[in-house]
Amino acid sequence: MEVLNLLAGGFAIAFEPLNLALVVFGCAIGLFVGAMPGLGSVNGVAILLPMTFLVPPESAIIFLAALYYGAMYGGAISSIMLGIPGASTAVATTFDGRPLALQGKADVALISAAVASFVGGTISVVLFTLFAPPLAEIALTFGSPEIFALMVLAFATFIGLGGDDIPKTLFSIFIGLAMSAVGLDIISGQPRLIFFGLPGFYHGINFLVLAIGIYGIGEMLWTVEVSRGKMSISQATMSLRRIVDGVIGLKSSVKTMLMGSFLGYFVGILPAAGATPGSLMAYGVAKTISKDPGSFGKGNVDGVVAPEAANNAASTGAMLPMLTLGIPGSPTTAILLGGMVIWGLEPGPLLFVEHSDFVWGLIASLYAANLFALLINIAFIPAFIWVLRMPFTILAPIIFVLCIVGGYAPTQDMHDVWLMLIFGIVGYLMRKLDYPLAPAVLAIVLGPLAEPALRQSLLISNGSFAIFFERPFAGVIMVIALGLLILPVLQKIVRYARRSA
Amino acid sequence: MRHIARRLFGFGLVAGVGLGFMAAPHNAAADWEPKKPVEFVIMAGKGGGADKMARLMQSVIQKHGLASKPFTPINKPGGSGAESLVYLKQKTGDDHVIMVTLNSFYTTPLRNPDLDIDISTFTPVGRMAEDTFLLWVNSDTAIKTIDDFVKAAKAKGNGWVMAGTGKGQEDQLLTDFLNKAYGLDMKYVPYKGGGRVAKELAGNNADSTVNNPSEQLGFYQAGKTRALAAFTPARLDLFPEAPTFQELGKDFVYFMQRSVVGAPGMSKEAEAYYRDVFKKVYATDEWQGYMKSKSLQGEFLTGDALKTYWAREKENHREMLTKMGEIK
Repeated sequence: MEVLNLLAGGFAIAFEPLNLALVVFGCAIGLFVGAMPGLGSVNGVAILLPMTFLVPPESAIIFLAALYYGAMYGGAISSIMLGIPGASTAVATTFDGRPLALQGKADVALISAAVASFVGGTISVVLFTLFAPPLAEIALTFGSPEIFALMVLAFATFIGLGGDDIPKTLFSIFIGLAMSAVGLDIISGQPRLIFFGLPGFYHGINFLVLAIGIYGIGEMLWTVEVSRGKMSISQATMSLRRIVDGVIGLKSSVKTMLMGSFLGYFVGILPAAGATPGSLMAYGVAKTISKDPGSFGKGNVDGVVAPEAANNAASTGAMLPMLTLGIPGSPTTAILLGGMVIWGLEPGPLLFVEHSDFVWGLIASLYAANLFALLINIAFIPAFIWVLRMPFTILAPIIFVLCIVGGYAPTQDMHDVWLMLIFGIVGYLMRKLDYPLAPAVLAIVLGPLAEPALRQSLLISNGSFAIFFERPFAGVIMVIALGLLILPVLQKIVRYARRSA
Repeated sequence: MRHIARRLFGFGLVAGVGLGFMAAPHNAAADWEPKKPVEFVIMAGKGGGADKMARLMQSVIQKHGLASKPFTPINKPGGSGAESLVYLKQKTGDDHVIMVTLNSFYTTPLRNPDLDIDISTFTPVGRMAEDTFLLWVNSDTAIKTIDDFVKAAKAKGNGWVMAGTGKGQEDQLLTDFLNKAYGLDMKYVPYKGGGRVAKELAGNNADSTVNNPSEQLGFYQAGKTRALAAFTPARLDLFPEAPTFQELGKDFVYFMQRSVVGAPGMSKEAEAYYRDVFKKVYATDEWQGYMKSKSLQGEFLTGDALKTYWAREKENHREMLTKMGEIK
């Protein structure tokens, strides 16, 4: 019951007028920052960090955390409305959110995203409240072998089950992996695949550049082709009745929502993983466990629900290693961490003891941020729908400009904008040839995590792959992953055997 | 009510600034002033030690109104800082580009002669601090002294894992020193970022590390890790129990610079302006407090003194890398 007392104290702090106002304000800015392609929570938090000197440190972090949270909601908006992922965490939302919008179900997609975000956020804050210290211990023991096993699992969910063409999926993954190898190799310290000696390749291929290219530009080209001059691309409508129906319709997605929340939270806890892999994995798992995997990528509500529940849950999860271990679970928490150091709040195992007021105030404000982000988001849905009703001849140039801004903003390098345009054309062609694009995106996100983890593990074990099976966590995850990989092959063999018998 | 009103006022200020309505304070002291926002390039990724420090400097500049135009941080971590160095070189003669740098300022050009970077052409702005290094082990082990450490590491031979950041960089230079000085054969495993390295030790996934105090402090205070010895000339106030390697009979000292440099060929006036800004940053309570809490050392160095320091450190690093066989 001590936890409840501490939490009550936390709510007293969170509901101070200044803090509450900052939560609302932070959520609103976050929503905007998340929805603007290329801005994202990392840049939002980085830009506003110095502004927080005007308020007490506790209020400052509450403000930034609310912003972080709002951005997780906001990312879904441009993914669904424009097909451009607003932030890297919302890429998986594009896979099904965009098709839904094109079918005139943008409102359903937006509501599903908002509700799933709320559920994911709330579940994760409850988990955080109850189990923070023991989970931090588990996160601490997670080394490179465990991380690699987890990455194999993520890939397995994408290749394993589902109706896709497996050779094409593999091709897409390998292209993504090859691109994720560009840049500096941290193990040998040498630059790799610096095409034409261009300095822009030294920082590797930014994953958002690929995602915005493929989904934003590629999608726009595709729509130009299929709409054939039609003025409006989707018959988006909006009424209270549809909102209520949408929420009721989510009943069938409860399982997916819960899965996304838990998965997202646990992936978020792991240092260096963060919300982007969490949301992609949740999408993969949702597809794997679905009764109708073939409908994914063509406008399945579960394909929106899973990544959105997961990215919000992961964003809370990522705070855990930051607060308890001083290790950021995502780039955004890395900047929050910097902020805490500046305010004199030293993150680490002692933070919960020495600054318990602060920790519980932050946790309580996450509950509040979650609620306000949901309300603000739903209130704005009619405005978003109105945007979709614009003629495509007006919308297309807007999308194009947003893509270019989004490609330029993270690194402020024109190199990335050109690269994005190339990816856009390649993405369009791949789509015409019916290659799945999501696996390439997954590979470029997970590749940079999986590769060093694999090589560090093998360095430690002197090249023996046994290291992935000897350690309890790594072993269990690896066995599940391999099982998922082998399953479709077994199914095929069984089917073949039956037919010939 | 007044209390609440004041707090709401504070909120209003944040809101105003957030929307970009705050007028920039005027700095009357300097003759030259930036005419547009200054690009503040960070030679490392977001969330790392150099990044945190750069953002602290930016915040201090903003809080005290030390500059008339904002400093906008941009991370260019690619290729162990190669990306930043090439970028600054491209910006030769630009008065609005400065960079936060560390020891890869020496090692990256030495290891990649193709980049054709001559650091002596870069404009010296100021050395803000020198970061220190210690040798760490997990507190679950029975290792309490350097002798215990040597014995345990010898027993494990090549199975002893030393985690560090990057290849051919600070941590590996120190590992190489330890291997040679004590006849060890520790295996060096590179990770991305000092925070991750510190965590690998606390989680028992590595046997030892040579972290900076700022990276390992949290675990140390929680009793999860132990400092065995310091690579400094004198014992550190934060870790009085850890002897220096000089005390232990090895004449070896190593620091990491935390400096600000300008693009090559910057005008004298701009150089003076930035020198002035960062000298003021150095003197603020925030910076001094940060240095103390993280066991950072070093006076503010600038101008020719900083150039001389760079030249000396570059030669030291050339020697160390040559001994390691990383360069010829």
